[in-house]
Amino acid sequence: MEQLNSYLIVAAILFCLGLFAVITRRNGVAVLMGIELILNSANINFVAFARFGGMNFSGHIFALFVIIMAAAEAAVALAIIINLYQNFKSINVDEAQQLQR
Amino acid sequence: MAEAAFWLVVAVTLVSAFIVVTSRNLFYSAISLLFTFFGVAGLYIFLWADFLAGVQVLIYIGGILILILFGIMLTHKITSVDIAHTSIQQGVGGIVVLFLFAALAWMIVRTPWLVAAAPEPQGTAGEIGKLLMTDYLLPFEVASVLLLGALLGAAVLSRKGN
Repeated sequence: MEQLNSYLIVAAILFCLGLFAVITRRNGVAVLMGIELILNSANINFVAFARFGGMNFSGHIFALFVIIMAAAEAAVALAIIINLYQNFKSINVDEAQQLQR
Repeated sequence: MAEAAFWLVVAVTLVSAFIVVTSRNLFYSAISLLFTFFGVAGLYIFLWADFLAGVQVLIYIGGILILILFGIMLTHKITSVDIAHTSIQQGVGGIVVLFLFAALAWMIVRTPWLVAAAPEPQGTAGEIGKLLMTDYLLPFEVASVLLLGALLGAAVLSRKGN
């Protein structure tokens, strides 16, 4: 368990699952969940390198800022999703395609 | 014992993340996300990041997950059974993601990472607080402005009739 590689592999699996949700889900909220998974996997990498690279706290600080970013991003994304619902009566991201025409 | 606990945390994280990605019911996805966030907090504890584990539980589970649940409830009629959601192009997406994971895993295993031994810190909150008030003071202040901007932006965007 005291291996850098196992943490990196876990983070890679989490990243791939999040990317899978982002590219296959139609529901806007589910896409947002995928983005949260991706941010979490990045955070695991930051903290793992902080722990195994000589305990430098800069990795922790960066992970903290990523969490702050994620909170701001979730609030704005949900505001956009609620707007989408009011305009289209649906939050499927592939139906909001007026700009394509 | 610690080894078993580590693999248990990893299993909880990955299995619940898989359910988040594949479940047909949006509520099940959101509840699974709860266990994923708890699992990641557990991984932080294994990585000696106790302060970050607390922040993860407070902000992700207490804040972001509640926001997501609000988003689900405000955009679906609770009484209707329309809460199921679908996926598109799972085959192509799965192949792309599998290739990406293979590339990442190959890179992770092949790279000789620089590993430096370090003593276990006695609590990380103090060190993080010192760094936030010295080296990272400007990003810390900018983050507060960013949060204020996001708050105002979300409030303006979600008002009716704009």
